[in-house]
Amino acid sequence: MKGQGLRLYAILYLVFLYAPIVLLPIFAFNDATIISFPLRGFTTKWFAALAELPTLHQALKNSLIIAVSSSVLATTLGIFASRASTRYEFPGKGGLMGLIMLPLVLPEVIVAMSLLMVLLGIGVDLAIWTVILGHTLICTPFAIAILSAAFQSLDKSLEEAAYDLGESKLSTFRLITLPLVMPGIISSLLISFTISLDEFIIAFFLAGSEPTLPVYIYSQLRFPKQIPAIMALGTILVALSVLLLTIAEYFRRRGLKKTGAKDTGGFL
Amino acid sequence: MDEKSRWHRFRRSEAFAGLTLISPTALYALLLLLAPLATILAYSFLTDGDTVTRIVWEFTFDNYITTWTQPIYRAVMMRSLSVSMMVTAVTVILAFPVAYYVSFHVSPDRKSLWLFLITIPFWTSYLIRVFLWKVILGYNGVINSGLKSLGLIDEPLTFILYNVNSIVLTLAHAYAPFAILPIFVALEKIDRSLLEAGQDLGESRLMTFWRVTLPLAMPGVVAAVLIVLIPTIGDYVTPQLIGGGKIPMIANLIQSQMLDQDNRPLGSALAVSAMLIVTVVALAFVLLNARFLRVKK
Amino acid sequence: MNTVPQAAPAPIATRPTMIEFRDVHKYYGDYHALRGINATIKAGEFFSLLGPSGCGKTTLLRTIAGFEDISSGAVLIDGKHMADVPANVRPTNMVFQSYAIFPHLTVEQNVGFGLRREGGTTAEKAKRVEEALEMVGLKGYGKRAAHALSGGQRQRVALARALILKPKVLLLDEPLSALDKKMREQMQVELIRLQRQVGITFILVTHDQEEALVMSDRIAVMFEGQIAQLADPETLYRRPNSRQVANFIGVMNFLPARVLTEAAGRIAIDVQGLGQTEIDATQAPGVITGGETSVGFRPETLTMLYEGQTTTERETPGTIEEVVYYGDMTYYDVRLDGVDSPVRISMRNVFGRPVLDIGTRTRVAWSAGALVLFR
Repeated sequence: MKGQGLRLYAILYLVFLYAPIVLLPIFAFNDATIISFPLRGFTTKWFAALAELPTLHQALKNSLIIAVSSSVLATTLGIFASRASTRYEFPGKGGLMGLIMLPLVLPEVIVAMSLLMVLLGIGVDLAIWTVILGHTLICTPFAIAILSAAFQSLDKSLEEAAYDLGESKLSTFRLITLPLVMPGIISSLLISFTISLDEFIIAFFLAGSEPTLPVYIYSQLRFPKQIPAIMALGTILVALSVLLLTIAEYFRRRGLKKTGAKDTGGFL
Repeated sequence: MDEKSRWHRFRRSEAFAGLTLISPTALYALLLLLAPLATILAYSFLTDGDTVTRIVWEFTFDNYITTWTQPIYRAVMMRSLSVSMMVTAVTVILAFPVAYYVSFHVSPDRKSLWLFLITIPFWTSYLIRVFLWKVILGYNGVINSGLKSLGLIDEPLTFILYNVNSIVLTLAHAYAPFAILPIFVALEKIDRSLLEAGQDLGESRLMTFWRVTLPLAMPGVVAAVLIVLIPTIGDYVTPQLIGGGKIPMIANLIQSQMLDQDNRPLGSALAVSAMLIVTVVALAFVLLNARFLRVKK
Repeated sequence: MNTVPQAAPAPIATRPTMIEFRDVHKYYGDYHALRGINATIKAGEFFSLLGPSGCGKTTLLRTIAGFEDISSGAVLIDGKHMADVPANVRPTNMVFQSYAIFPHLTVEQNVGFGLRREGGTTAEKAKRVEEALEMVGLKGYGKRAAHALSGGQRQRVALARALILKPKVLLLDEPLSALDKKMREQMQVELIRLQRQVGITFILVTHDQEEALVMSDRIAVMFEGQIAQLADPETLYRRPNSRQVANFIGVMNFLPARVLTEAAGRIAIDVQGLGQTEIDATQAPGVITGGETSVGFRPETLTMLYEGQTTTERETPGTIEEVVYYGDMTYYDVRLDGVDSPVRISMRNVFGRPVLDIGTRTRVAWSAGALVLFR
């Protein structure tokens, strides 16, 4: 009884959540320049149009470079910090970790602005690498959150056992720690990649003349004629996100099966 | 204890290992986060120069006085605060039943599927989602044209876009998954046998919920509130797109002062003030909540 | 009942020393975890560190392994100081409480893990792994995924993994605590058999005194960072050197007592409920703690006499307060005349003898040889 009512509510909630997204494919294939009902007919010309936009391709390239770099950097920095925080006690730990995790609770606009001020003050030209700096900054806390969980769930005596059996600290890390933490590392890479790919504000202020994909999309939004093409682009992006996430979930479950751990339900 | 062996012991100690390990990340944060934040804090106390000399190194409180007394700035601050509070309230209250459903009424092997479905929208482009709402609520948008072609209205509705309510709606939709997850995690942690014990002692289901489930889920609710409140106060894109540029929130104001108006000190003061407001509100909520829980005990 | 294989090699005292603790102290910040440990462990003995949680036994074990540094004193293994020797070089191997089986490797990969750095062909190593598995009773399990094993199987893998490296000392940190009772008893016999077979020193940490008594050649009983008594199981049981040790091992009855005279190796005492008697000085082994003087005796050293039964021992009257029937034993709580708290007496249930009722008046037989004096 109570279960049924809640179930209905939950399903309606999901419908509400997905409703706008579902519009993307609907109007991406719609043969009209204005997004409105009634639908006018099927076409793929908006997708074709995407192939003709060199600025879009450049923006996509920039985004990919930035996303890959940021995710690798953030994950690496994250490994250091989460390993330090889960295994060691040292003076200033609370303060340093607090600082490193601060971007989680700071509005992005403030992070972007303060970084911008410093870069302008030093006289640095804004380019792709300045965006990478900013993205790494905001992705690292997420990487740490994921990796800390992975390190925590790793039984400390596994590393001690390897050491006891004759391995060095480094080879223990390579043979035991890394393989067992790998699902966390992959998670971290994927999530940082996704965050960076979609991030707008920092890219908007720190990109200079080399826009990222979101910045490009933003710049096109003021042109009504471009909107259907944007819908097409959006459809592709959503489809890719879903694909990426499904793959990540598949690997997560496989990783669990390999080590026989229990499924605690998602990237939490 | 001679100096050499003290250093030797420190080198082998846990503290040294920990500090060395965290140093790359810590250094990165110090250089790229702490230093810039300190810079704008410094800027906020300086004077704005004319277009050539951007900053005059003269200490002043003027920027803060302007921020807190000028009606336009106060209005924007208030608006940002009220918008994000509304968004938070709506989002968290609507999210709780969903989290409860998945935690208590979904079988364990289906839970990750539900979570997966709930978080997918979260991973799609935020910009695109905001833009979609603009498309939905617009003058010739989906709602209007849909209702028109169904014959329910003759003239398009104008009240659904370019106002505070549409901003709230868009943000609530965007941050919905953020609110569900922490509440879900907290609910999952609740020992089911506690609830059964309550029932066994004769409590009604509502009482069990009110006296056991809700207080135990509070940490999750607090987390959800903070996760929604803090980013929404500083949101830039939604007020810009959904508000048509005419309903700025604090982020838009900061940007306009820092870059368009080239008044870095004032922009910095705005930024620092915004951070202060966020911190105060967040702390107030956490403390109130702690009081609430203590009273209940 | 478990049968313990009896063929014991040379007596402990004559064997060479394998591990030596010289005035070992350890501090965690301000917390004094190990307070002056002095002990020697002989080669080839099955040695246990026994004590309640927090007494420092695991800490002490880990100082042998090298996972904990000591603040002062010395730890020697086979005559060599271990001060600057890291854990991965020491001639010890450890079986962890959680077994620490690498979940992402197979059983044979686990067992052969330590061989990675040793010389030898792949074929030789594979053979060694096979032999190790056979030794612990896991023949044929090599290709299994390690995470799919039961608790008892994991423990055997952990044993094989450690023993394959032929260490001089095997360290076991509460290895049986995660197993259920039946499995535990089985593994106790297994471990004894294994130790006899391999012949090296085993050092076991446990909080279960029964386990220590069953398996060990000698036991070090620890409380609060110090060794209270180090002796073989029988000595610990019959002649504990303090009330604390007496209480920790098995059940001990205590009766208040007064020392009357002390001369020429004999002590005259007056025991509440039993009367006056004389004991040998060896029956007062303990440190003088300055507490209340009392006499201790184990439940099985007293006998309850049935109607008409006579005895050569001394007798004292009492009333039965509580009866607990255990199948092969019955435990009686008897209030001796003149004593406040009841004493526990255990009687074997012999065929033909009835179990007595609560409230029955009975005579309790005892002899001075069973008493231990605590001062």
